[in-house]
Amino acid sequence: MASIIELLPELNVAFFETLLMVGIALLVAIFIGLPLGIVLYVTDKGLFLENSWIKAIVGVVINLIRSIPFIILLVFLLPFTQWLVGETIGPLAASVSLSVAAIPFYARIVESAAREVDKGVIEAAIAVGASPWMIIKDIIFPEAKPGLISGLTITAISLIGYSAMAGTIGGGGIGDLAIRYGYYRYDDTVMFTTVILLIVLVQFIQYLGDFIAKTVNKK
Amino acid sequence: MIELTNVTKEFKSKKRKIVGVDNVSLTIDSGEVYGIVGYSGAGKSTLLRCMNILERPTSGEILIDGIDLLQLSGRKLREARQSIGMIFQGFYLVSSKTVYENVAFALKAAGVPDKKIRPRVNHLLELVGLTDRTNQYPSQLSGGQKQRVSIARALANNPKVLLCDEATSALDPNTTKSILALLKKINRELGLTIVIITHEMEVVKEICHRCAVMRDGRVIEQGSTYEIFSNPTEPLTKKFIETILDFQLPEQLLETITGKLVRLHFWGELAAEAIVSDVLQNFSVKGNILHGKVEYIRDVPLGIFVMEVNGEPRETEAAIDYLRERVSKVEVINNG
Repeated sequence: MASIIELLPELNVAFFETLLMVGIALLVAIFIGLPLGIVLYVTDKGLFLENSWIKAIVGVVINLIRSIPFIILLVFLLPFTQWLVGETIGPLAASVSLSVAAIPFYARIVESAAREVDKGVIEAAIAVGASPWMIIKDIIFPEAKPGLISGLTITAISLIGYSAMAGTIGGGGIGDLAIRYGYYRYDDTVMFTTVILLIVLVQFIQYLGDFIAKTVNKK
Repeated sequence: MIELTNVTKEFKSKKRKIVGVDNVSLTIDSGEVYGIVGYSGAGKSTLLRCMNILERPTSGEILIDGIDLLQLSGRKLREARQSIGMIFQGFYLVSSKTVYENVAFALKAAGVPDKKIRPRVNHLLELVGLTDRTNQYPSQLSGGQKQRVSIARALANNPKVLLCDEATSALDPNTTKSILALLKKINRELGLTIVIITHEMEVVKEICHRCAVMRDGRVIEQGSTYEIFSNPTEPLTKKFIETILDFQLPEQLLETITGKLVRLHFWGELAAEAIVSDVLQNFSVKGNILHGKVEYIRDVPLGIFVMEVNGEPRETEAAIDYLRERVSKVEVINNG
């Protein structure tokens, strides 16, 4: 018990480091992954912006990043991280590779969420003479919203898992704490505390995500 | 209003070409309700979708209100589509938008300024009888109500043409009637040209001025709805008509018949004349009506009766000759 109290300040810092890393990566996923996912969808065959070239190029780049195991991506991106944020350790540095991993991950989820939108509804929008941008903004986006939010939940939870790996090369966060104390020092109490903290965090995110997805779903 | 010339649509799959619409030419007049019937796979839906270029024909020409649609693309095509409303079997409303927002979307798409949207939507919802549902979501509506919303959406930008793709096929008979009544009202009050794709002759009978029958991508017969119902020539057309006017007699009954069996057609006002009783008074024959019906094709009566005529052969012949003179068409089915 005493060791936990002793650990509290560090646990606190680690918790916010995790939130920071995952938060930044999620934001990047929304701002870059979401549009990419929409691009993947609308350039698909039979859709209103069909374009096999763009679809193929974006698809290949996304698959390329997704096929690299995260721990390798982490190392591989070190020079880029150094160039971008000026350091390779700390949560900010870790958030670079987390973001790079989050973009294609979320883009694919967005693509499949958009695919769930009834094609007929899109067709009806084309029939009233809506522009491609209006169809994306006013039809696909609101119709796919529950899926987009569930997808964001999945992405957030995966990123928490990834952040532990980022921790091993000096990224900080809860995962880092667990490995340093739990693995290197055989301190089971810390290990369990961090695991419980992670479970609570993941449950909370899942619950929140499900709740929001349910609220926006009008089906 | 709508002129299709040699419209062909081919679908290419990996190995073979499938012809969806095969060299169809049609002219649909302004203010007309035009029906296109056929079984599924006959190409009627594809033909309809060519009319607003949801499906781009492989060849042919499509003129809507004098505008050659196939010459248009991008913004020009979108503008042209705003004057062609379309409704679907599956309604296709945006589930995350309220009734109001669904209709407003069509106006936004056409660039109508915000200030004008509210009064216009309210007017449209009044037209389709849904003012009390303005803020509900599609999932809270019945099928008929959903179709009313989609009609309001289709009419938002004052189109000249309304395309209906099996618009009543997912609805129960009563709701179908009410939707057809609404379409009739729109046709009458707004002078809208309506094209209806259906496999239900009931729909054609109810509201179409003219209709065409399609098979294997081709139009095999067309004419005024009354002509088609009263005098179909193609076997497929006859089959469709039989769904409404079927006069098959049971086998057992046919065996007991001793006289001549005739099918009498009464077209238009003739249906109201007392021809059968005249025959029975003027000739010494007995007449027995075994089957029959008066249908109203867009409010014009069409009567068909199957009658057994019994009597001396000569008298029977004379009675049938008399009928030939007075009724629209006599078919001798069975010589007894």
